[in-house]
Amino acid sequence: MSAAADSHHDDHHHGPEKNFVKRWLYTTNHKDLGTLYLWFAFAMFFVGGLMALVIRAELFSPGLQFVDPQFFNSMTTMHAIVMIFGGVMPAFVGLANWMIPMMIGGPDMALPRLNNWSFWIMPFALAIFLSTLLMDGGGPASGWTLYAPLSLQGGDSFAFVIVSIHFMGISSVMGSINIIATILNMRAPGMTLMKMPLFVWTWLITAFLLIAVIPVFAGAVTMLLTDRYFGTSFFSAAGGGDPVMYQHIFWFFGHPEVYILILPAFGIVSQIIPTFARKPLFGYSSMVYATGSIAFLSFIVWAHHMFTVGMPLAGELFFMFATMMIAVPTGVKVFNWIATMWRGSMTFETPMLFALGFVVMFTFGGFSGLMLAMTPADIQYHDTYFVVAHFHYVLVPGAIFSIIAACYYWLPKWTGNMYDERLGKIHFWSSTFFVNLLFFPMHFVGLAGMPRRIPDYNLQFADMNMWASIGAFGFGGSQLLLLYIVIKCIKGGEKATDQVWEGAEGLEWTVASPAPYHTFETPPEIK
Amino acid sequence: MSTTTGYYVPHDAKWSIVGSVGLCIFFVGLANLVNGGGWLTMLVGMAVVIYMMFGWFGLVVRESESGLYKAQEDLSFRMSMAWFIFSEVMFFAAFFGALFYARTFSGPWLGDISSTTNTVLYPAFDYVWPNNGPGNLGGDYQKMGWFGLPLINTLLLLTSGVTCTIAHHAIKDGDRSKMVRWLLATVILGFIFVGCQAYEYYEAYHHYNLKMTTGIYGSTFFMLTGFHGFHVCMGAIMLTVVMLRGAKGHFTADNHFAFEAAAWYWHFVDVVWLGLFLFVYIL
Repeated sequence: MSAAADSHHDDHHHGPEKNFVKRWLYTTNHKDLGTLYLWFAFAMFFVGGLMALVIRAELFSPGLQFVDPQFFNSMTTMHAIVMIFGGVMPAFVGLANWMIPMMIGGPDMALPRLNNWSFWIMPFALAIFLSTLLMDGGGPASGWTLYAPLSLQGGDSFAFVIVSIHFMGISSVMGSINIIATILNMRAPGMTLMKMPLFVWTWLITAFLLIAVIPVFAGAVTMLLTDRYFGTSFFSAAGGGDPVMYQHIFWFFGHPEVYILILPAFGIVSQIIPTFARKPLFGYSSMVYATGSIAFLSFIVWAHHMFTVGMPLAGELFFMFATMMIAVPTGVKVFNWIATMWRGSMTFETPMLFALGFVVMFTFGGFSGLMLAMTPADIQYHDTYFVVAHFHYVLVPGAIFSIIAACYYWLPKWTGNMYDERLGKIHFWSSTFFVNLLFFPMHFVGLAGMPRRIPDYNLQFADMNMWASIGAFGFGGSQLLLLYIVIKCIKGGEKATDQVWEGAEGLEWTVASPAPYHTFETPPEIK
Repeated sequence: MSTTTGYYVPHDAKWSIVGSVGLCIFFVGLANLVNGGGWLTMLVGMAVVIYMMFGWFGLVVRESESGLYKAQEDLSFRMSMAWFIFSEVMFFAAFFGALFYARTFSGPWLGDISSTTNTVLYPAFDYVWPNNGPGNLGGDYQKMGWFGLPLINTLLLLTSGVTCTIAHHAIKDGDRSKMVRWLLATVILGFIFVGCQAYEYYEAYHHYNLKMTTGIYGSTFFMLTGFHGFHVCMGAIMLTVVMLRGAKGHFTADNHFAFEAAAWYWHFVDVVWLGLFLFVYIL
């Protein structure tokens, strides 16, 4: 049957396609695509995680034992790109796919076919990217930032890295356009902007950031490609260009990018804490404005990644103060979360534990970020393990904890079954213990001068690196437990009610558990 | 549709998976090509993507003509086109940023006699714009002036903006054949522009010794004008499709999203050109 004939066919109320391959390849259903995104991200977390374990195995003790330095460098590079573009971003997009239409009372995403394409680009793009490991010269080894001129000196695989980044970028931009159109156009009547759940708000702003900066990254890597293969001189001083120019363009993308990785996390935590504190979110509108302010500031702070590279003093000062200003809206958020809990009747189910872990440990990462924002101090910290500790605190017990919290929070809605609460708590405590064992010592070795991206180190750092490596394997192992819990929950378990959580509010809790294949084809009434 | 809101949620998207496979072949082919491989893989990928576009857009056009899309679907399309154009603006912003950075910072720093780079590495270098760097990369060359072809090109594009707007007013009045005539004029002006641009490139390479390898000037010149020319081609193809659809009797006074999307895109490439004309050619 041709697709055109089929589209006239009114099979709106039917369930999913019966043929397995057809269902998952051709689906335009936001829930199916959300599931695909989440499983894909989960798989990529394990791929990126294995790369991290190669790094930690090598760093378990001083000296070179398992891998050669070139391969070590390509592990640090690929770990970052796989985790950012293959793990965290698709996981957030998967959550957006599943939840945004249900939260705003819309029938589906605004552009369902485009949604399918955005997802089905990702496996191909990541396949191209990962295939560089098998090529002559190995994978990219210049660090995920691909700084020129170092990145231009790799093997032939460089071109494949660039095209895979373009490919992923197409997916991100299309996905973001879809999310913006969905939020602005698919809300149920009465769902005004300032009534939207905060997860929807943070994604609206995140999608805007993505559309604004992913094309800039595309431009930057295009210039790398032409510098390498077509003889242009954007990043070569001999031709009148400047390698530092690459860093400016890259970080103009890169800094908003790190907020892309955290704003949806803020949204998730702002959904979960009110539910388990049984109180409405404190300061809803200030949360919205804080998110907007963080997004705005993200465009004018990029050069704080480059304090040591050489910049006029006025530039150093501007970027230092602008960066510190970000602490204000972020502080608003943290205080609002705490105020939400104040005098709430709190319970500590697994999603709440992960959300609280997020608030505490993300704030650690925020504070070390403030330290790094100070130019004179940063000259000491730059390119040490202190930086590694900082951004892993905001990304692992930050972004990834929020993704795990969201999975526990919405799993009963997705599957119709409660997950195993006891195992969930074990998962939380073992993850939290090991993640701190993994990243906390990095602050100390960093302050003592251990450099990033080096496969060997001075003997004085040996003990703490051993602890960190034990933490890494423990943390990685804990996530196998998550996989088990998710599969167990899908297969069965205590039946979930429609509302699932006693304190849960929002449209997604008004539909059945598991959520029917199509929801809100008739828009709900918003009070 | 059987629902009360009736937002059209389409089923079956074979085309997106075709598109993913096509783009994958295209990108692998491109990476092979720049590493010294052949053209074949890339062209196959391109062919698959073009096949996908015919299939996908054809499907959407048929759905549109059969009246499946109402005001709300139309608004989704409008929003996504607007945001897509915004993403394109940011793509060009990266290259304009490179141009401004090179002209405001890195060039003057390289020529600054109080900077270490200048005194140690390039003591003979005096900064002027345009330049091909202290290494005199690509050898002596001639600057591309703004008078002549670039000025003609500016007039061509500005005129095409006017003809496009006349066509828009025509379809708003429901006069489809007038729309097609003025669109034809727009498309012809667009392709003349591309032709002039190709001639300018020929001149640059063969008589000016101005190439992509001519230092930062050649890099920014060809990157900016090259991507712009590519976008003009895309816009002209979009307008051509709209024109052919109009000739087949598509579009009405209040349902012509495809026309407006292509027209927005056309005005966008027009505005980018004005930026280019000012910053790449005149200043």
